[in-house]
Amino acid sequence: MATVEFKGKTFEIDEDGFITSFDQWNEDWVDYVKESEGISELTEEHWKVIHVLQDYYKKHGIAPMVRILTKVTGYKLKYIYELFPSGPGKGACKMAGLPKPTGCV
Amino acid sequence: MAKVPKPNELVFDYNPPQKWWMDTKPEFRPGTWCYPGKAKNAEVLGLPNPREWSPLDEDWKLPSNWKEIIFEGMRDCLNKYRSLRVFMDICVRCGACSDKCHFYIGSGDPKNMPVLRGELLRSVYRKDFTLAGKIMGRIAGARELNEEVVKEWFYYFFQCTECRRCSVFCPYGIDTAEITIMGRELLNLLGVNIDWVLGPAANCYLNGNHLGIQPHAFKDMIEFFVEEIEAVNGIRIEPTFNRKGAEVLFITPSGDVFADPGTYTLMGYLMLFHEIGLDYTWSTYASEGGNFGLFTNHDTMKKLNAKMYAEAERLGVKYIIGGECGHMWRVIQQYMDTMNGPADFLEVPRSPITGTVFDNAKSTKMIHIVEFTADLIRNGKLKLDPSRNDHLRVTYHDSCNPARAMGFFDEPRYVIKNVCNNFWDMPPNCIREQTFCCGSGSGLNTDEFMEMRMRGGLPRANAVKHVHDKHGVNMLSCICAIDRAVLPPLMDYWVPDVDVTGVHELVGNAIVMEGETERTTDLRGNPLEGMEDMSDEDL
Repeated sequence: MATVEFKGKTFEIDEDGFITSFDQWNEDWVDYVKESEGISELTEEHWKVIHVLQDYYKKHGIAPMVRILTKVTGYKLKYIYELFPSGPGKGACKMAGLPKPTGCV
Repeated sequence: MAKVPKPNELVFDYNPPQKWWMDTKPEFRPGTWCYPGKAKNAEVLGLPNPREWSPLDEDWKLPSNWKEIIFEGMRDCLNKYRSLRVFMDICVRCGACSDKCHFYIGSGDPKNMPVLRGELLRSVYRKDFTLAGKIMGRIAGARELNEEVVKEWFYYFFQCTECRRCSVFCPYGIDTAEITIMGRELLNLLGVNIDWVLGPAANCYLNGNHLGIQPHAFKDMIEFFVEEIEAVNGIRIEPTFNRKGAEVLFITPSGDVFADPGTYTLMGYLMLFHEIGLDYTWSTYASEGGNFGLFTNHDTMKKLNAKMYAEAERLGVKYIIGGECGHMWRVIQQYMDTMNGPADFLEVPRSPITGTVFDNAKSTKMIHIVEFTADLIRNGKLKLDPSRNDHLRVTYHDSCNPARAMGFFDEPRYVIKNVCNNFWDMPPNCIREQTFCCGSGSGLNTDEFMEMRMRGGLPRANAVKHVHDKHGVNMLSCICAIDRAVLPPLMDYWVPDVDVTGVHELVGNAIVMEGETERTTDLRGNPLEGMEDMSDEDL
């Protein structure tokens, strides 16, 4: 398994650059990923999405479905794509440290 | 992640390579192969040789006696599955199948011709299991098993979606999907597999569904849809979970619970069952219709299928209704009865609303929701307003497995035509039993495989484009959760103005429910025809 080092911390990542377990996550990870996700400056709105994702994940063990994410944040899907250009599943979940959903998705 | 070329950047080359096929090796180009199975998932499923490995490495870390394992595995499969021996022996390489595969059409790679995909395995069979092959070797189409062969199997058996379109055209009825299934069975003996199959199968084994949704989360998600329905038409639905003594157990793919646009199809199920007052329950244990075990090996398929019936027995239901899932129906129709059956603790399904007895499900005790709904409509038990789908111009993609494993052609069209006023079929040589695959089935619906998915989906997309151009079709309906997940990016790529839906989303739009408030939008919140002028606040 590949690893990346950033600000003195080591993260274990999968082929698509997701951290392999949520307990590795910290704010430096977001800082590390943002550039490759095409985000120059993190705003409060980015953090709101990240926190909603993480809160749901801690409670349910899975990322929220997109429709729950848009309802809870109050952001339309289009706007979430503006915040995270590679989308809620790939961009936002990656930054929040959540695993990719698998199966018929 | 491999970069996906734009449609106009794709090169289609149908010239065969210079060298004989046995001397041509696959090139592991990004976008044409899937990530290997992770050790943790193989361990959950008890599969052999869990390890970290990569198809790009020279050394695939096969067990030291790997050759013996394959031969033993082949012997075992040939003894167990008579069909395999027949398929190995009777192919005359006539080539009727060769241009029928969506991956061949989309890639131009001759090893995606089903006949040649079969030869990848058949050549090894000839060498070690037939006299002619043993004596004449290469002249008789036989070849030595070596690591290069295993790598080639991996590449091409995971470039087949097991859709069975080729078998429709085979004069001998050879089921190439079954050859791929056997190929994957053998590869799994060595620990050679892909993670997009193993991950969901492991999740299903641990948590009851491919996504790994735990019981409390599953309930939370269904309850989210209850609120959404109430917002659309004011009706409060009260679904039950794990309820003993219910008449029916309902099982659908977990994709419908989680991913758009399947979630709207799930709302349609909830609305239908509520309106007819069906005595049914959801299960948070058997919370998956799909079975990625089918894409792994027979043993895993059997394990995952068993929980559906174990749960039906535990809850004491009379029979099972299955949702709009694709490959679940191949497992049910083709394997269940001899694998985990007979389900003699269940009853032959009988609709409590119409009294219709579904004799076709006499042995599996499991009926398809679309046949259940078609029967309701035929008996005049549903109040429908098809004009609520007038903003949609619909066509229907026959999902491969319900079509070719069930012969399920007319029921979906009957339902659609009763809930929609605008319906056009695609041309006859790419619907019904000749339907073209979505290009991402059998566990290949993963992002790193996107280029091949777009190539393989081209024939389907091309037919959609035809009805889009000719009739203004803007909605592609289907009855499979993999379809609902993969057709949207396929449409975005090839036919950008077409969206994707399940059949029961269309039912959910059209169904007139007792006590409902005035409907102004469809289930997605889009205004119905004639209601476009209403502002967001009015809606």
